[in-house]
Amino acid sequence: MRVVVDSDRCQGHARCVLILPEVFDSDDLGYAVVRDGGRVRAEDEAGVKRAAANCPERAIVVDG
Amino acid sequence: MDNLLGHYDHLDGEFAADPYPVWAEMRERCPVAHSDLYKGFWVPTRHEDIYAIAHDPDTFSSRKVAIPDDLLSDGAGEFEFSAPPITSDPPFHTQFRRMLLPAFSPKQIAGWEPVTWRIADELIDAFEGRDRIDGARDYAQNIPITVIARMLGVDESERDTFTGWLRGLVEVGPSNPEGARAAFGEMLAYLSAKIAEHRALPAEDIITFLIDTVVDGESLSDDDLLGTCLLLLLAGIDTTWSSIGSSLHYLATHPEDRRRLVDALDDPDSTLWSLAIEEFLRAFAPVTMARYVAKSTVIDGVSIREGDMLLLPFPAANRDPSVFDRADEVVIDREANRHLAFGVGIHRCLGSNLARMELRVGLQAFLRRVPDFEIADAAQVRYAGGQIRGPRELPLSIPAKSGASR
Repeated sequence: MRVVVDSDRCQGHARCVLILPEVFDSDDLGYAVVRDGGRVRAEDEAGVKRAAANCPERAIVVDG
Repeated sequence: MDNLLGHYDHLDGEFAADPYPVWAEMRERCPVAHSDLYKGFWVPTRHEDIYAIAHDPDTFSSRKVAIPDDLLSDGAGEFEFSAPPITSDPPFHTQFRRMLLPAFSPKQIAGWEPVTWRIADELIDAFEGRDRIDGARDYAQNIPITVIARMLGVDESERDTFTGWLRGLVEVGPSNPEGARAAFGEMLAYLSAKIAEHRALPAEDIITFLIDTVVDGESLSDDDLLGTCLLLLLAGIDTTWSSIGSSLHYLATHPEDRRRLVDALDDPDSTLWSLAIEEFLRAFAPVTMARYVAKSTVIDGVSIREGDMLLLPFPAANRDPSVFDRADEVVIDREANRHLAFGVGIHRCLGSNLARMELRVGLQAFLRRVPDFEIADAAQVRYAGGQIRGPRELPLSIPAKSGASR
């Protein structure tokens, strides 16, 4: 599974960073960035889906 | 019932006590309603419409964000309320907001958490020997007031005057426009003096940060500077105070959920607290914004004309059953929770990370030391209406030993 944050949509709600800091980090302005180039380890897949389901801007795109 | 007959009144105390059935009926029967009060305004109540409006700042401008729009003025017409970025549109908004964002990022806000714990614990210390407190006045309101006073660099010696004064301003509020305007004038004078002091003698705080801010090659005008200081003060206070208060109200009346949260306090693996905080934010979202219609448009088949005003009740969106299962229930372990408590789109609450931290610390500190409490007198619970809804009086019975030990 891979994940990207659509930076045009992200408004820095930081919900993903709270749900799964192993995968999502925030930059100096508070916008979300994905760690490790967006590769998702198997144990983080459920958490990534949960982050996507909670993103108020629908900015998290999950592939695979 | 008047709410459905063209007289929707968000300032009405009875409505404020329980707006949810009204919103449910409006969503069902008239999802883009109109009110003839306060010079007239529209009220969408569906999640989908509120979401779309918030994402269309070209059509729905933030040049006015309050209904009625003359609440925040000095009454003499000398100060036009302008508090960017909240009252501005792109492109100015984009640049201005960018300047402020770093001060409110998750990492910066984490630095304020230990201070917030200390503030909360000191408030609980003061419960010692009392078996009745007011959850709003003695606790919830003091957390954001004290935190923001420190962020703005208000001197220790002035803090009591400052907080007492702010309490007056926010409490008097929309129910007494003249009183609010008088208080507002005092606040302007106080902040103007503060700004002048900071110009003469820069300090390491937000006021100096704002004075030094350059947008588009220009420093902020005096009105913008004043407005933004006010925004930081006002936007951060009764909002968070309302969220903490509403959550305490819920916890006082739902002992099972309270016990689950008390049990989870010492369990580092539990995700219950983070889920519960988002659920409290969803269910008791305090903030309704407003927009000025900059271009005529159609929402859900209803024609809206340029120059109209419109309320954006995020709390109503958060109870829309087409988006949330059991929308009117508080489900503290709700997993899918795309709530709009902090708004959505380019005006997402700048202070959301701060507010969320204050809400969590405020509730955790309280439950740690006061695990058992109930409403002392339901008849005395009072909610303020308007665009920031939450309890202003919340009498609670607590064990008298609560304040004694940490």
